[in-house]
Amino acid sequence: MTTTVYVPRDASASSLGADAVAKAIETEAAARKLDVQLVRNGSRGLYWLEPMVEVDIGGRRVAYGPVQAGDVSALFDADFLRGGEDVLALGPTEDIPWLKSQQRLTFARVGIVDPRSLDDYRARGGYLGLQAALKMTSAQIVQAVTDSGLRGRGGAAFPAGIKWKTCLEAVAEQKYIVCNADEGDSGTFADRMVMEGDPFVLIEGMTIAGLAVGASRGYIYLRIEYPLAQRALQAAIEAATAAGYLGDDVCGSGKAFHLEVRMAAGAYICGEETSLLESLEGKRGQVRFKPPLPAIQGLFGKPTVINNVVTLATVPIILERGATFYRDYGSGRSRGTIPLQLAGNVKRPGLVERAFGLTLRELVEDCGGGTASGRPVRAVQVGGPLGAYIPASQLDTPIDYEAFAAIGGMVGHGGVVVFDDSVDMAAQARFAMEFCAIESCGKCTPCRIGSTRGVEVIDRMLAGDADQRERDEVLLRDLCQTMVAGSLCALGGMAPFPVLSALDHFHEDFEGEARRIAQ
Amino acid sequence: MKPAKNIAQLPPIDDALRDAVLHVTARLKDQPGALLPVLHGIQEAVGYVPEVAVPLIAREMNLSRADVHGVVSFYHFFRTRPAGRRVLYLCRAESCQAMGAAKLEQHVKQRLGVDFHQTTADGAYTLEPVYCLGNCACSPALMIDDELKGRVTPESFDAWLATEKT
Repeated sequence: MTTTVYVPRDASASSLGADAVAKAIETEAAARKLDVQLVRNGSRGLYWLEPMVEVDIGGRRVAYGPVQAGDVSALFDADFLRGGEDVLALGPTEDIPWLKSQQRLTFARVGIVDPRSLDDYRARGGYLGLQAALKMTSAQIVQAVTDSGLRGRGGAAFPAGIKWKTCLEAVAEQKYIVCNADEGDSGTFADRMVMEGDPFVLIEGMTIAGLAVGASRGYIYLRIEYPLAQRALQAAIEAATAAGYLGDDVCGSGKAFHLEVRMAAGAYICGEETSLLESLEGKRGQVRFKPPLPAIQGLFGKPTVINNVVTLATVPIILERGATFYRDYGSGRSRGTIPLQLAGNVKRPGLVERAFGLTLRELVEDCGGGTASGRPVRAVQVGGPLGAYIPASQLDTPIDYEAFAAIGGMVGHGGVVVFDDSVDMAAQARFAMEFCAIESCGKCTPCRIGSTRGVEVIDRMLAGDADQRERDEVLLRDLCQTMVAGSLCALGGMAPFPVLSALDHFHEDFEGEARRIAQ
Repeated sequence: MKPAKNIAQLPPIDDALRDAVLHVTARLKDQPGALLPVLHGIQEAVGYVPEVAVPLIAREMNLSRADVHGVVSFYHFFRTRPAGRRVLYLCRAESCQAMGAAKLEQHVKQRLGVDFHQTTADGAYTLEPVYCLGNCACSPALMIDDELKGRVTPESFDAWLATEKT
């Protein structure tokens, strides 16, 4: 009898030795003459347990982890192929509380399916969303996305349906669907997990978007740092094309949709939508003025829907289950679920997809189990390098776009980076400005010059006496205001948020003499 | 059309390099927005995008030299000088910082005897900073060519370096 064993091919799992584990399992099974079928799945997102090996026992999956190549022989000795007890045994995967408490809609198949198998995708509900969409008019598809309340998961949280409607109503011979897969924010890896673990869902979402707005061509703009995602997407595009899900005649509908992956080249700013379009056109990734909106004049001057990976990957389930099903999750004006990414100094890092409305404390303490170092949590940065540092006193804020905006923060792409009490917040503030200076596209002055001046002012504050520091703080706050109000895009416009939040909540870290005495 | 015509108007360029560039441009230049795929292709074939190749790329793509230079210099990933045999991309972003990336950075720099953007004297390693590898749940992260490593410590880095040298 063949036993199916799952070892993730996910980049993070591989970075911890999953490839060696897979090889060891194959070797050991051959030596013991056991019939094992190895599937390289995506990650379930329990990264402190990766590489996590799963065994299919009568249709139920049992987990072991974290497994290293050296543990494999002992696992066979413990008869793990029949669910045998071992120190690494975690029990049935679905019963692990961390996973059980989640509501996985976008991530329903990630870590479960074989990302290289179209059959597996279809066997688990894949392409039902497209089937539903093929029976609808363009306007009905757009209406369903609008009614679902889905907002851009890339960070800006703009209602996807409104963007699609604008593009649908624009008249042009050629329109485009562009997927922003330039996931550059520190603390984020949800896009990567989708692309590596369930690439067909992104392809399906983009195809539906193409039908909705009348676009026959799509591009996935993928960051160069994700070589495994590139391979997974390319294999999936080939399979989908061969099966008639992509090409000149999508599922016999008479409508064309062609999809291509384009590699980025390491510029953070290209995650900004207009800069990304410039880059796709083969230019420097410099931000464009808006208007015109990309939905009206986007790629190559044509109407373009540009959405993040998670946004597009959420579209199939909305079409499959209906707008109401999705909208019933969430809180306030933040509807549906959000894949949160727990990272940094946290005991149990990973992917937590939950309905909007859980608090940051529930996420960090209950899911995350506190810091990895065991020290108290001092600050949590939410929303990437442009997100505010949230002090421990505000951990009870619910994760919802409006609730975060109310405390001067942002949910962004859902990255959550935890810091313990050894963090130097003045250094973090300086880094925010330094990062902005390195990654600024240079088009507008507040960002290009402001960020460099920001680093200099913070350096002077940290070196100066109390009087100097007070004068420089006025200057720094003024500079931040100029950047926020005067920058062309979110890079210069939001880089001040981590700086201001550090000043507001962790002022003691900027007090030079205190720092010198402490040293 | 033969891609090599009018070559006399260009600054002198090594034959092998010219062939490599023309091979890539002939294959990729006709797609819309082709410059990034072309530059990726050249960097993959040659190891970098030599400045001396810019006029040829510009002519083949029907762009100005300034256009090509502007794009090459804008993106961190494109290099205009050869890299070491292996390129180390060390993450400097917040999640890795929270897990000791600054200490690791000091250690790696000291160990290799280079700063960021530099190559070791023996031509073995080039060290580049990177701002997020998407491995934030396993910080701190390091990518060696396209092989990702997680939860890197000064000790595990040394162990890797030792296996490289044997």
